Amino acid sequence: MENNFYISQGPHQFTNTSVQKMMKDVIIALAPAIFASIYFFRIRAVILFAVSIVSCMAFEAIFQLFMKRKITILDGSAVVTGMLLAMIMPPSLPIWTCIVGSLVAIGLAKQLFGGLGANIFNPALLGRAFLMAAFPTYMTRWNMPFTLDAVTGATPLGLVKFTQNLNINYQELFIGRVSGSLGETSALALIIGGIYLLIKKTIDWCIPLAYIATVFVISSVTNMIAPDTYAGAVFHVLAGGLLIGAIFMATDPVTSPVTKTGRWVFGIGCGLITMIIRLWGGLPEGVMYSILLMNAVTPLLNRLTRPRRYGT
Amino acid sequence: MPEKYRFLTGYMKTFKGGVSLPEHKDLTVDKKIRPIPPPFEMILPLGQHTGAPNKPLVNPGDSVKVGQCIGKAEAFISAPLHSPVSGTVKAIKDIFNPIYGKKPAIIIENNGKDTPVSFIKREDPESLPKEELIAIIKDAGLVGLGGAAFPTHVKMNIPKGKTIDTLIVNGAECEPYLTCDHRLMVERTGEILKGVYLVASILNAKNIFLAIEENKLSAIFAMEKATVQMKKEFHGKQIQIIVLKTKYPQGGEKQLIKAVLKREVPPGKLPLDVGVVVQNAGTCFAIYEAVYKGKPLIERCVTFTGKCLREPGNFTVKIGTPLKDVVGHCGGFTETPAKIIAGGPIMGIAQYSLDIPIIKGITGIVFISKKDLEIYEELPCIRCGKCVDICPVNLMPTDIGRMVKYSRWHYLDELHPSDCMECGACAYICPSRVPLVQYIKLAKIKESERK
Repeated sequence: MENNFYISQGPHQFTNTSVQKMMKDVIIALAPAIFASIYFFRIRAVILFAVSIVSCMAFEAIFQLFMKRKITILDGSAVVTGMLLAMIMPPSLPIWTCIVGSLVAIGLAKQLFGGLGANIFNPALLGRAFLMAAFPTYMTRWNMPFTLDAVTGATPLGLVKFTQNLNINYQELFIGRVSGSLGETSALALIIGGIYLLIKKTIDWCIPLAYIATVFVISSVTNMIAPDTYAGAVFHVLAGGLLIGAIFMATDPVTSPVTKTGRWVFGIGCGLITMIIRLWGGLPEGVMYSILLMNAVTPLLNRLTRPRRYGT
Repeated sequence: MPEKYRFLTGYMKTFKGGVSLPEHKDLTVDKKIRPIPPPFEMILPLGQHTGAPNKPLVNPGDSVKVGQCIGKAEAFISAPLHSPVSGTVKAIKDIFNPIYGKKPAIIIENNGKDTPVSFIKREDPESLPKEELIAIIKDAGLVGLGGAAFPTHVKMNIPKGKTIDTLIVNGAECEPYLTCDHRLMVERTGEILKGVYLVASILNAKNIFLAIEENKLSAIFAMEKATVQMKKEFHGKQIQIIVLKTKYPQGGEKQLIKAVLKREVPPGKLPLDVGVVVQNAGTCFAIYEAVYKGKPLIERCVTFTGKCLREPGNFTVKIGTPLKDVVGHCGGFTETPAKIIAGGPIMGIAQYSLDIPIIKGITGIVFISKKDLEIYEELPCIRCGKCVDICPVNLMPTDIGRMVKYSRWHYLDELHPSDCMECGACAYICPSRVPLVQYIKLAKIKESERK
């Protein structure tokens, strides 16, 4: 029996959360929105999700192989990136474009920066930003649900912005029967996933709350000032990518601040930039750029919002 | 947990940060303290405390009595060592000390007669001058029994110009598994309180608080009853019982002071700089024994626990008893333990063998079964910020860890790793199992090298 004991440094007891469990929680939380998008966009959704997830995992393995890193495609992070990437793609996107998006997301945004935990920008969003710059026509061709390749229709945000059409059907918007990216349309499904993540404490509530509240306040004020030009607060919260951004993208632990104060600033900053782009920018939607811009200032926020030194 | 005390939730005091741990205290919480007779061979390391090691006063072949001083304390921060048994000194050789590495120890063969040196019993020690009381405590070899083993007399010597207004007795016992302080507070209530009053009168402290975590209701009740009963005995001086929220590291000195008094100890300062002295409840019991009974620190209460033990429990163990002789008194093993931890499972130290002796600073021994053994791999930090949220001294463990990992030593100055008390809450909560405490320890070493 002598000297057969396991030796390690303390602590000898751990919390039961782990990176894999957190990734699993995110996948579970994304499930309602994925089912909703498969319901609304049928076979296109299935194809894009499959292509995106498989290509993200494949690129992760290829890059890790070439960069002589340990291959960790089973830790769930590549799967999550693949899911999120597909969710923010238009349903009619050609398959090869989706693969290019995965390459940028995993290769450029994640692995070249050092892999899991070392990236500055949210991989899925950077992948989308690249496609937006490289293939703008594919990225702005929207389908109405159930109609697949036949009928194109502008997104609710596009309608409001470019046609000043303020006749909004809130019920359709909440359930998600509107045109838009695959996984962003159903507010209901996203909120269910968000509640799950909050209960499981996988995400911090500061960022989603700060983000959505900022959007709500700004859109309320602008709506009050000019009700004929600007849509109301509920519309701005439910429409476009705000909920998927606030719940699943801005809360990505790697690219958001580690301090509580930092997270509040991060959330408010995201809300501000989103609303500036939505109301006065050239694009109908600003969630993607707002989060990417705030990702860029995250290291600065971490430095500026260090907790007060104990006892001083 | 009886529901009737839940109303206290609103009144429970605590600090900011920290983690809730699975307690595992039910294994031993109801087990009465039993003595373990000393075995044939005792191992007494020379240096069982924070500070300078002892100089041996005996040679191989010498006969010793119970309570005889066998190791001299030469420096101010040191404590003498006494023989827990009567018998013959067999050797002085290097052994594995459970906390301080390979160090010399006195090996004593127990003759089983328990011949004591004469202990001076004192009826009314409160009338003695302060200096004499501190000298008694020093000569008894008392150290903090909460785990840090800091010589008690040093804490009682208040430098000129400092005043102490508050004594906090630490009954938090926030590490999982450990119940020895809890049992002492239940079973030796009066003795602990007498010790507490002695400390308070030495320090001239106006306020006396006894802080106990809410998961030790029986101790809270026992203490509340006893403080009222004994009020007369202590000239109306009142001990206030403080109910603390059950949270790790509630028993850390700085956290305890923050929870009870809302005072923060500045970086690099001691509790006495904010007018506070903290003493562990078990130490107060030992102070009682030393002063009233004249008995030096030759035994202490230790929790032996874990699912591999047939009869885990709380025991009074003679200092120097080898661990292998203890196991038999706990009913032996139901299965071979996979890991043995001296101390609690968060800050405790994993042991190589059963040959280590029980020393003054050991609060408990946890035997971890193969099923509960955690073997983990360090994964990349995902910057979730949980360690920053829970750090009880407002550090950013993730940033310190990262800077150490990539040798960015000059960034450490602004991250203050020296403020860390190594409680391990960050490493506990980390989903990537980053050994943050070890990174911070390295940061501290590098920081002192750079200065």
